[in-house]
Amino acid sequence: MTAARGGTGRFEGRVALVTGAAAGQGAATARRLIAEGADVILGDIEEGRQVRRRTDAEATVVFDVCEEDGWQRFVAAALDRHGRIDVLINNAGAYEPRPLEETGTELAMRLFRTNQLGPMLGMAAVAPVMRRTGGGSIVNISSTAGLLGAAGIAAYSATKWALRGLSKVAAAELADDGIRVNCVLPGLIDTAMAGLNRPAFNRAQIARTPLRRIGAAEEVVAATCFLASDESSYVTGAELVVDGGATVG
Amino acid sequence: MAEREERIGRLHRQVAIVTGGASGIGRAIVERFAEEGAIVYCLDLEVAVHEPPPRVRVRQADVSRASDWTAVVEEAMDDYGRVDVLVNNAGIGTWETATELSEETWQRVIDVHQKGSWLGLREVLPKMVAQGGGSVINMSSICGLVARPEAFAYHAAKGALTSMTRNAAVTYAPSAVRVNAIAPGFIVTPLTNVQDAAINDEFIARTPLGHAGSPLDIANGALYLASHESRFVTGITLAIDGGYLAQ
Repeated sequence: MTAARGGTGRFEGRVALVTGAAAGQGAATARRLIAEGADVILGDIEEGRQVRRRTDAEATVVFDVCEEDGWQRFVAAALDRHGRIDVLINNAGAYEPRPLEETGTELAMRLFRTNQLGPMLGMAAVAPVMRRTGGGSIVNISSTAGLLGAAGIAAYSATKWALRGLSKVAAAELADDGIRVNCVLPGLIDTAMAGLNRPAFNRAQIARTPLRRIGAAEEVVAATCFLASDESSYVTGAELVVDGGATVG
Repeated sequence: MAEREERIGRLHRQVAIVTGGASGIGRAIVERFAEEGAIVYCLDLEVAVHEPPPRVRVRQADVSRASDWTAVVEEAMDDYGRVDVLVNNAGIGTWETATELSEETWQRVIDVHQKGSWLGLREVLPKMVAQGGGSVINMSSICGLVARPEAFAYHAAKGALTSMTRNAAVTYAPSAVRVNAIAPGFIVTPLTNVQDAAINDEFIARTPLGHAGSPLDIANGALYLASHESRFVTGITLAIDGGYLAQ
């Protein structure tokens, strides 16, 4: 595969799956993929009629990413309509800030299922389909919480560390099939998720960020689309940090 | 063609300086940036005779000489009043081990990669700060992050570049200047064409994607980092290495 001279329309004729597409970053990602020519199938745990109207995507599959049969339905929806899958964006994520001592099994398992097991099942579900058509690109949305010891968010941080590891394993295993696997690591981004933090926590984060602001969903989307497109055809197993420099210092 | 002209490029009217722009990765970056609407000052030790693409100004320069930097940046400021993008790409390949290396070779490698990039930063950063922002891209290497055998001075210089990138990113972020690096893996260039085929074969064998990258692969990464698309990205080293670092 050779590198593409992209621009707008980097996803003409491509079929993309996006999870967690009902709101925030996932919806923004879907909109951008569609704007650049992709046929997008949306996945979310919530009913997605509203999403479809907002994004012009042609199909929404309601399923939980930690269930294998849900993934089979998601993949089948793409294959029924287009016969192929070129891009998977594992964007669905669960977040609940809680320190180590207050985490407990229930919360840990819930975050594990959505943030770690979900992307793993997703990669396993699309890999054979991508292999048949000569390759594809998988982008996993990790977090800068998977890059350092993020105090106060024990379970979330652990799943995002795990997703980085999982991505590198998948990159190594699937490279022969022309399937690329990369991670985007957003820092503090202005979506509903950031609203779950105490305001003081967000203020402290911004003060520690060299660019001195919170990020926009669009900025994460741009990184995701670079990795999803053929512009990054020689990039696999890599991590793209989008955090205003917060983890550099 | 007309349709092509109408598309607003991703670096529309941006002024860029690219070092080592006459061949290999640098040349691909120059061409890609120009294609996306940038005015590009292409610096190199040896200036090619062929006609440059539109919007490309080819200038003879030694990046390790401060006066050469001053002249180019002055020209860009006189002509356009700004420098939006700097790509410190110029590099030379050397393969000696620590014990084989001469002082002359060591000095030349450090001068071109490390001192050259610093001189570029010293000349360009004040302009970017004054104009309210800019994007710098330093060409590191996977050898700036992990070790391969031999090429001792090259590792030293590339390691320094990743560290310089992080420092400059943190220092100049309050002025909206972003500084990032790229770590290419095995890319087919004049530099790799002249090295031992056995080294190249071994390198590719260790690359999960199983083939060499092209200069355009690096140019596309540089385009992302140069453009507005990456406006919340600073201090990173983007690996474009076919998965070399992942395993």
